[in-house]
Amino acid sequence: MRHILRQRDWIADPWRYLGEPDAGTPQHPDVIVPLAQLRGDPGHWAAPPGGRLGAALAVTDAPEALSDLLPRLALVAVEFPNPGDGRGYSQGRILRARLGFRGELRAAGKGVRLDQVFLLARCGFDVLELADGVDVEAARRALGRYRVAYQPGDPQVRLERQRFFA
Amino acid sequence: MYRYDELDQAFVDQRVAEFRDQTRRFLAGELSEDEFRPLRLRNGLYIQRHAPMLRLAIPYGLLSSTQLRMLAHVARRYDRGYGHFTTRQNLQLNWPKLAEVPDILAELATVQMHSIQTSGNCIRNVTADHLAGVAPDELDDPRPYCELIRQWATLHPEFTYLPRKFKIAVTGSPQDRAASEVHDIGLHLKRGREGDIGFTVLVGGGLGRTPVIGQVIREFLPLPELFAYLEAILRVYNRHGRRDNIHKARIKILVKSLGIERMREQVETEWQASRAGAPRLDAAQVQRVHDFFRPHPYATLPDLDVETGREPAFQAWFRYNTRAHRVSGYRSVFLSLKAHGSVPGDVTSQQMEAIADLADAESFGEIRATHNQNLLFADVRQERLYPLWQKLQLLQLATPNIGTLTDMIACPGLDFCGLANAGTLDVARQIQQRFDSLDYLYDLGDIELKMSGCMNGCGHHHVGHIGILGVDKHGEQWYQITLGGSANGFTALGEVIGPSVPQAEVAATVERIVEVYRARREGDERFIETLQRVGMQAFRQGAYASHPQAA
Repeated sequence: MRHILRQRDWIADPWRYLGEPDAGTPQHPDVIVPLAQLRGDPGHWAAPPGGRLGAALAVTDAPEALSDLLPRLALVAVEFPNPGDGRGYSQGRILRARLGFRGELRAAGKGVRLDQVFLLARCGFDVLELADGVDVEAARRALGRYRVAYQPGDPQVRLERQRFFA
Repeated sequence: MYRYDELDQAFVDQRVAEFRDQTRRFLAGELSEDEFRPLRLRNGLYIQRHAPMLRLAIPYGLLSSTQLRMLAHVARRYDRGYGHFTTRQNLQLNWPKLAEVPDILAELATVQMHSIQTSGNCIRNVTADHLAGVAPDELDDPRPYCELIRQWATLHPEFTYLPRKFKIAVTGSPQDRAASEVHDIGLHLKRGREGDIGFTVLVGGGLGRTPVIGQVIREFLPLPELFAYLEAILRVYNRHGRRDNIHKARIKILVKSLGIERMREQVETEWQASRAGAPRLDAAQVQRVHDFFRPHPYATLPDLDVETGREPAFQAWFRYNTRAHRVSGYRSVFLSLKAHGSVPGDVTSQQMEAIADLADAESFGEIRATHNQNLLFADVRQERLYPLWQKLQLLQLATPNIGTLTDMIACPGLDFCGLANAGTLDVARQIQQRFDSLDYLYDLGDIELKMSGCMNGCGHHHVGHIGILGVDKHGEQWYQITLGGSANGFTALGEVIGPSVPQAEVAATVERIVEVYRARREGDERFIETLQRVGMQAFRQGAYASHPQAA
C-alpha cells in the first residue's frame, strides 16, 4: 500500500489515481485525475458524494490551466520524473504564490528523493510521495535540513533567519 | 568587501554538514553515482581525468588576504600545492581526494568561502568587472548588486534544478570588462530619468557549442524590481527551456526559438503576474550591502611621474601591468599569471601566501581574480609601485605582458579535463616560446588570444581576437583557428579561418597571422582594427602560406 509523508506524518495514502483498481470505490472515493482528462470534461469530474477531487499535472502542463477549477480541487499532484527535472518546483510556486491554491500540494515520482525534500517543502509541497528506497526518518529530518534561507518560501519550513521577504 | 552575518555563516556551515552527509552516503553505497553526481556538482566537485576537481567560488572575483592564505593552505594540505584561476574568477584544485572534500569545505567556511553552485545546472558564480569600484569610467560599483544576486541565487528553492547552467554578469562601466554579452543574463548598470539606479537587461548570450551574443530584453529595469524580474526570466526558462538535449538546453536556445519579442512578452507577463510574491529588494537591504563596498580610506596624494629615470623593464611593467585609478596617487596593478613557461592561471601556495602579504602591505588586504586569469591589486599607492615591482619580479608575477598575445586565456585542456578533446597547455608553451621576445610582443600590441580544449569553450575562444579550439581527429589533436572575436569593449564572435592545423603548427600559424597584421597595419592600428579594415581573406592567405599539412 502506498504511503505518503504529509507534513511529518507517514500515513497510508487515502487518495487513488484514476485508473487504479479501487479508485472511486466507497472505501477510496478521493480520486486524482490527470489534467487533460479533467479539462476534457470538467462537469463529469464533479466530486463524487463523500469524495474529493484532485488533479495531476505532468511536467509539461501549465498550472494556469487549472485556475478556474482550483476552487473544486482538494489536491494537486505534480510530477517529478527524476531529481534533475526541476519544472515541478515552478509549477508548485505558481499554484501557491500566484494562484493562491491552499489545498494539498503533492510531489510525486522518482525525483522525490531525500535531497529534494527541503526544496520541495520550501516551494509549498506539503505532501510527498517519496521515491522507492527513501528512508522516512531521514526524510523527516531533511525537512529541517537548513534553518536559514535567503529567499521567501512556504511557512511550513520554519526558519531561524531569512534575508529577503515577499 | 562583504562580510558574512550570522545568516550567511549558518548557511555555509549547514551546507558543509549537508555535503558531508551526502559524501558519507555515497561512500557507504547509499547513493549511486547517478544520484550523487548532481549533488556533488552543486558543490563544485567534478570527477576528472585523473582525480576529482574542486571549483571554489570567488564571488565576483574578490578575495581578502585571509581568504587567499586559506586557499594556499588547502591547496598545500589537500592538493599538490597549487591552484588554477578560471575565466569565472574561481579557483580550481586539480587533485583533491573525494573523502576529504567536506573537510576542505569546512576549512573554507571558517573564512567565509564555499564552493556552492560553481557547477551543475543552477545559477553559477556571479561575475563582475575586475576594476569594479576603481575604474575611472564607472557609473556605479557593480559588486553590491553581485552580492545581492549571489544571496538571492544561493539554494534558490525554485531554481536549483534548471535545464542547464545559468551565468549572470554585472558591469557598471560603459566599457564592458565582464564579457556580459556572452552570459545567460548580462546586467548593465544604468541611471533612470530620475537619476535612480537600474539595469539594462540582456538575455540569451553564451559561448559553448552555439555561441550567441545576448539581446536586450529590457532597456531599463528599476533596482527594486531586480529579483522579481530575474525570477520571471528564470521561471520562463525553468518551465520552457529544453531538457531533452543537453546541447540545446541553455536559455540562448529558448530565446532563439521564441525570438526576443516573444521571450520579452512571456517574461513581462510572468513578471507582472508574480511580482507581488517575489522577494522585495528594499532600500535598507541595498544600503546594508552597499556599506560593505565603501571606498577605502585613501590618502590624499598627488599623481606622480614614477617612470622617469627608472630602468626600461620597470617602465614596460608600468605601462602594461598597471591601470589608472579613480583616486589620484593610486594605480591598479595586475599580477601576471602568464609567466613564460607557466600554465596560464596557475599559482602555487607559496605565491598565494606572498601575494596575501603584499596585499596587506600595499592594497588594503584585498586581491581580485580577473576573468583573464590574472590577479589584481586594485589600490596601490603610486609611490609604492617600484618596490612592489621588485618584489613581484622575485615571485615571477611581474611578466609585463598584460593585454599582449602571451596574456592568453587557456582552459586546463586534455591534461586535466575529462571533457577536453585536445591539450591546451603544450600549445600555450609553444606560443610562449615562439613569442618570448617582449619587444616583439609590444610591437604587436593589444591582442587577445583565447584557447579552449573542446567546443564547450571554457577558454572563451569564440571571443578571442585570435581563438584556438582543440578538436580530436581520429585520436590526434588538431586546432581550429578563429579570428575577429571580442568581449572587451565590444562583443563579436570570431570566424573560423579554414581547416584546422596539427598541434606542432599552431604557434607558427599564429605567427603568420600576426605577421599579416604587421605588414598591413596603418598607423597605430590594433590587430583587431586592421583585421576589421582589411578583412579575413588576407589573414586566411597568410595563415596557410607554406603550410601543406592543413587538412
